[in-house]
Amino acid sequence: MSKPGSETSKISRRKFLGTGITVAGMSVAPGVSLINVAEARPLDQPVSSKQRWGILVDANKCSKGCTSCVDACFTENGLNRGDEQHSRPGQKAQWIRKIDLRDKATGHEVSLPLFCQHCEHPPCTDVCPTGASFKRKDGLVLVDKHICIGCRYCMMACPYKARSFIHEELTHQFEYAPRGKGTVEGCTLCVHRVDQGRNPACVDACNAAGHKAMYFGDLKDSNSEVSKQLKMHSSKAIRADLELNPGIRYRGI
Amino acid sequence: MKYLRMMLVLLTVVLLGNTIVLADVPKPVIPKGNAEECVLPKEEMRVDHMNYILHQRDETMHRGIRTKKFSLKGCIDCHTVKDDAGKIVSYKDKKHFCNSCHTYAAVNIDCFECHASTPTAKGTISSTGGKK
Repeated sequence: MSKPGSETSKISRRKFLGTGITVAGMSVAPGVSLINVAEARPLDQPVSSKQRWGILVDANKCSKGCTSCVDACFTENGLNRGDEQHSRPGQKAQWIRKIDLRDKATGHEVSLPLFCQHCEHPPCTDVCPTGASFKRKDGLVLVDKHICIGCRYCMMACPYKARSFIHEELTHQFEYAPRGKGTVEGCTLCVHRVDQGRNPACVDACNAAGHKAMYFGDLKDSNSEVSKQLKMHSSKAIRADLELNPGIRYRGI
Repeated sequence: MKYLRMMLVLLTVVLLGNTIVLADVPKPVIPKGNAEECVLPKEEMRVDHMNYILHQRDETMHRGIRTKKFSLKGCIDCHTVKDDAGKIVSYKDKKHFCNSCHTYAAVNIDCFECHASTPTAKGTISSTGGKK
């Protein structure tokens, strides 16, 4: 049922779009890719699985006693603004914590930040009864607090103790980091910053403190700094035996 | 018969009384936003604002779409109301833009249990582009 004359343009729409993208890609100077960390996605474009955000933590560079990343997380997301007056320290929200490990046999000590590992197969989303725990297409594991019922199954399922439950009414939230009573929350990898093409607050803080122990970027982009670093030296996933394929990887543990 | 008439009079009084009370409920005073116009004609926003916000909520949360037109943040930034001391009021205050109508309509909203009901002060935090 093809119209006369349509033979001349047999190229499909998909092919055409593909060509267009290639041409656009080639118009950029050699060695410079179109998609990189510094370039923010347009506001009206949805996230895609062409990217996967991740962090490489170099525990060799991480300083024992330094809490820059933890402090930055609290400040950025409004976790330390005077809310949660009645909660015990163990109950209060904490998205990132410093862990010190000591090898009993050798006495070797290592310090590292532990937070949501943004797994490829997150157990928290498996157990969530409402679909509030979900993985965004670009690999960020988030809580949709609009549909979270506060059952805390995800907290039980997470092997990294990465999530917190809010027991009290909050009043000091930042507009870009909504948080509230009766919902579970955890590291968002600073999704509001990532969507602007910026680093998570912990990574920036670590760089500012001079340790430069955290590399953030797109794991699927072979030209990103994090991918290059991962390729260069060996790294580990914590609890790799669970085969969750976390987006956060560690070196020197 | 006398009893019935008394009842009728009583009923009339009660009904009239009700009418008077209803008339006494003040119409909401809806504060104007800071911009010239809303993102859509106000008649449309009055009827459908909740649907636009709900749709935008899911688009932003799950797909990372952060257009400003129907974002709650946009509403909050524009529709600020100041108290006598010149401070921007939060949702706890009856004068708050959302409150002004929702109190009248007796509609409870949960938005501000999690979301900020006032704009975050510029320059206090790194994300607004100001100093940390």
